[in-house]
Amino acid sequence: MRALLLRDVRLAMRTGGGFGLGLAFFLILAVLVPLGVGAEGGTLGRIAPGILWVGALLACLLSLDRIFALDHEDGSLDLLATSPIPLEAVVAVKAMAHWLVTGLPLTLMAPGLGVLLNLAPAAYGWLVLSLLLGTPTLSIVGAFGAALTVGLKRGGLLLSLLVLPLYVPTLIFGAEVVRRGAEGMALGTPLALLAAISLGGVALLPFAAAAALRVNLR
Amino acid sequence: MVIGVRNLAVARGGVTVLQGLGFAVAPGEALILRGPNGSGKTTLLRTLAGLQPPTAGEIDLAPETIAYAAHADGLKSTLTVAENLAFWAAIYGGPDIGPAVQAMDLAALVRRRAGELSAGQKRRLGLARLLVTGRPLWLLDEPTVSLDVASVALFAGAVRGHLAGGGAAIIATHVDLGLPEARVQDLDPHRVRIMVRDGFDEAFA
Repeated sequence: MRALLLRDVRLAMRTGGGFGLGLAFFLILAVLVPLGVGAEGGTLGRIAPGILWVGALLACLLSLDRIFALDHEDGSLDLLATSPIPLEAVVAVKAMAHWLVTGLPLTLMAPGLGVLLNLAPAAYGWLVLSLLLGTPTLSIVGAFGAALTVGLKRGGLLLSLLVLPLYVPTLIFGAEVVRRGAEGMALGTPLALLAAISLGGVALLPFAAAAALRVNLR
Repeated sequence: MVIGVRNLAVARGGVTVLQGLGFAVAPGEALILRGPNGSGKTTLLRTLAGLQPPTAGEIDLAPETIAYAAHADGLKSTLTVAENLAFWAAIYGGPDIGPAVQAMDLAALVRRRAGELSAGQKRRLGLARLLVTGRPLWLLDEPTVSLDVASVALFAGAVRGHLAGGGAAIIATHVDLGLPEARVQDLDPHRVRIMVRDGFDEAFA
């Protein structure tokens, strides 16, 4: 399983792996929004938590269809399905590889972009923490969506439509944690709910995704 | 017996293509599946590999015995030959990749990216993957596509070595592999004929 994780991370970093795509999107969004909104009246600082979370979510969405589609095209998904590794573990490992090359770099990049968006100083710690807890959900839910659409050509549109509603709770609680952090309010409840969604998703979705893959490989 | 099949029926796209199929393969044996295009060779191999359920019948097979090689080789074009092989060796917890590289004559190519190989070289790399799985039963779907005469002989040698080591193989192919000892299973008698109704065109005329 370590071999699969290393392979996926290595593939993402090499030419054409799409590693920088999500990060570049996140950067462009955070640079353009202040120019569009303007700096007056503190509007920017107020909407910064929401913008950063929406940006991270959309950046994640960009690379979701690659999780299984590439392996399906070149036949390695069939070979992985007949390998000694259970399909559930294949899903979990591939989602983790996706998080390592998108969710984690986005989390690390977010504070820098927070400066561009005039985020309140008190919120930076909570921004990193909320993204750290929330982005694994984005990857595992995305892996489930990718498993559902794996056989389809250009399944990206359907994948986005399937996955977006499932991302809503994470987005709401994640942005709420940062907003409350910025205003110095108590944020235990949204933080706990954010972590709960992550843990539930990581525990249950590999099984659902593996079942979807089995049907799609027939 | 490595694999036993009784009264098997398999379907492609919801339509049964083969039925009443029965055979057994013992260690050291190779079985060659023959049949025209569309007769269900690939569907049968996918069913034996466990990628789809049979519509009827039984497959008697111990777990963790098969290594499946499909039309697509499952190679990553941005990884080198050695990285591709080492990945599958690690997945199967199999042996060192050295002997497999030698057997498929890939030694000069190990540092090349898989994307830079010719079709025949890719195929040889795909077949070298079988050697690092360490699995006893090989399920091969058209293994000699895009191989030249010398490479087919190389492949036949690898299969013979596998059989001599107590392995077994089920091979779907159209060409002569140079394996005279292999049994041939003709799929034609087991095909399910699709009835074409007369006057179909008239109904739409």
